[in-house]
Amino acid sequence: MFELLGITPQGLVAQLLVGLINGSFYAILSLGLAIIFGLLNIINFAHGAQYTMGAFVAWIGLTQISQWLGFPELSINYWFALIVVPLVMAGFGLILERTMLRRLYHLDHLYGLLLTFGLALIIEGMFRHWYGISGESYPAPELLQGAIPLESLGIILPKYRVWVVIISLTVCFSTWYVIERTKLGAYLRAGTENPKLLQAFGINVPLMISLAYAYGVGLAGFAGVLAAPIFQVNPLMGSNLIIVVFAVVVIGGMGSIMGAILTGLGLGLVEGLTKVFYPEASGVVIFVIMAIVLLIRPAGLFGREK
Amino acid sequence: MNSKVKLLYGILILIALLLPFQNFIYLVFAMKVLCFALFACAFNLLLGFTGLLSFGHAAFFGTAAYITAYLCKEAGFSPELGIVLGVVGSGALGFLIGSLAIRRQGIYFAMVTLALSQMVYFLAVQLPFTGGEDGIQGVPRGMLFGLIDLKNDVAMYYFVLAVFLLGFAIIMRAVHSPFGQVLKAIRENEPRAISLGYNVDRFKLMSFVISAALSGLAGSMKTLVFQLATLTDIHWHMSGEVVLMTLLGGMGTILGPVVGAGIVVGLQNYLANIGSWSTIATGFIFVICVLAFRRGVVGEITAHFKNKN
Repeated sequence: MFELLGITPQGLVAQLLVGLINGSFYAILSLGLAIIFGLLNIINFAHGAQYTMGAFVAWIGLTQISQWLGFPELSINYWFALIVVPLVMAGFGLILERTMLRRLYHLDHLYGLLLTFGLALIIEGMFRHWYGISGESYPAPELLQGAIPLESLGIILPKYRVWVVIISLTVCFSTWYVIERTKLGAYLRAGTENPKLLQAFGINVPLMISLAYAYGVGLAGFAGVLAAPIFQVNPLMGSNLIIVVFAVVVIGGMGSIMGAILTGLGLGLVEGLTKVFYPEASGVVIFVIMAIVLLIRPAGLFGREK
Repeated sequence: MNSKVKLLYGILILIALLLPFQNFIYLVFAMKVLCFALFACAFNLLLGFTGLLSFGHAAFFGTAAYITAYLCKEAGFSPELGIVLGVVGSGALGFLIGSLAIRRQGIYFAMVTLALSQMVYFLAVQLPFTGGEDGIQGVPRGMLFGLIDLKNDVAMYYFVLAVFLLGFAIIMRAVHSPFGQVLKAIRENEPRAISLGYNVDRFKLMSFVISAALSGLAGSMKTLVFQLATLTDIHWHMSGEVVLMTLLGGMGTILGPVVGAGIVVGLQNYLANIGSWSTIATGFIFVICVLAFRRGVVGEITAHFKNKN
């Protein structure tokens, strides 16, 4: 059947894997956007720039920091970066929330969008100024280099890509578990529903809001580290991605955590399949789906109007 | 409009008319400011007077720029016909994108317009007649109505000025008409406008289409002035720039977008030689405007005079 369409099973599997990887990134990023939107009522336009920044911080840790600090042996490897970079990014997010975003909560949502848009331009512009747009390469860790051959199917799976899919799904579903099944998550959901009432019960809501933003930014940084060995570390890597993620968020609706994860993964796969069957449309297929969803179910697949 | 404001407009128009008779400001720069001022005014009709933040207005600006460039260069159309068809094209696109986008409110509206305009951007990259990365270059300015040679910068300047004043007048007329009052009512309180019996979606869509068509007019004029249409015109950075111009000048003020366009275009000219700093500066202005300067230049001045009285 595949031969009839001029598509080999290898090609199909390869594109599905690429789709799944893109889907994992969509899922992590839209999850972060959904958490931030839930508590802060702000669409974090800087999410893509923060993802870029995560990748750059990882790359700087691996190659540059030894020169900066004057210790030639010092180099933060991939595994450390996976932990350190999200923490650094979360700290960065905390500072942004405390110094800037906090001042906008009493205003129209649009100001949050505009402020974070400005932040995105600053971050993107600075990396472009320092490192140009050519991109830097970040090697995958030795443990994950090479590929797993699946001879029975006649395909090979690159180890690093399989790892990315597994670890991002783990992170997404643990986040879902924490939010939907634990006490901390219950506070978080209550804060989304009615922050004033929650505060009246003695919960430190402003702190929770800060931490939610920090967590969302941390997730973006984490996705950046994961992406560094796959894509070139490039100042523009985030801004192109974030627009697609916005479309994903519109399709899924931001009301549900699981909805954000599933929509992200699903649309990644759809995009991968489109690359196999009709490559010309792969760039726009998500936007077309968005238009259709807007016509049929304006609130989004998992959404409720807020 | 009171007599003082009338006097101000009179003086501004007089200055604009006398601009070719001096050597301090380049005419091409003045034309660029006028094109972007028209673009920002059109955008302000939507953001400032209807309360809808579109993050995809580059799609209309760029589409009209491409249509005009293609028709005037490849099909040999006269400039006025190229412009009219560019405006029709961007208006039609505005109808399509607008009718989808108004199905969602607030920030979702912004995200939908951004995503749809990115789709238009991808189309512009891939379609055969847009010239890909190079864009369409060397567009002839041609003879206006077969009489006036627009290759002359002074003639071109007066043409741009006339078109700008026309667009500005249309926007002013719309804002001060009963139609504009309904738009403001929607901006202030949409449920109330609905309960008063207005078909809110239809008003929003009309405002969107007018705004898109006038943005297209600005894009077509820009193509004739610089004789090219490129991917820059249709990229989301352009959408961000027009938001910035409106925000900086003053949302919901009549003259604000003109002032904002002047500042932003001037700043970019000044910073163009130092590469990425233009992006960084744009970002900083955004942050400062949102945190400390939300009324914009014209908004602050108006507020100052109101306090005095």
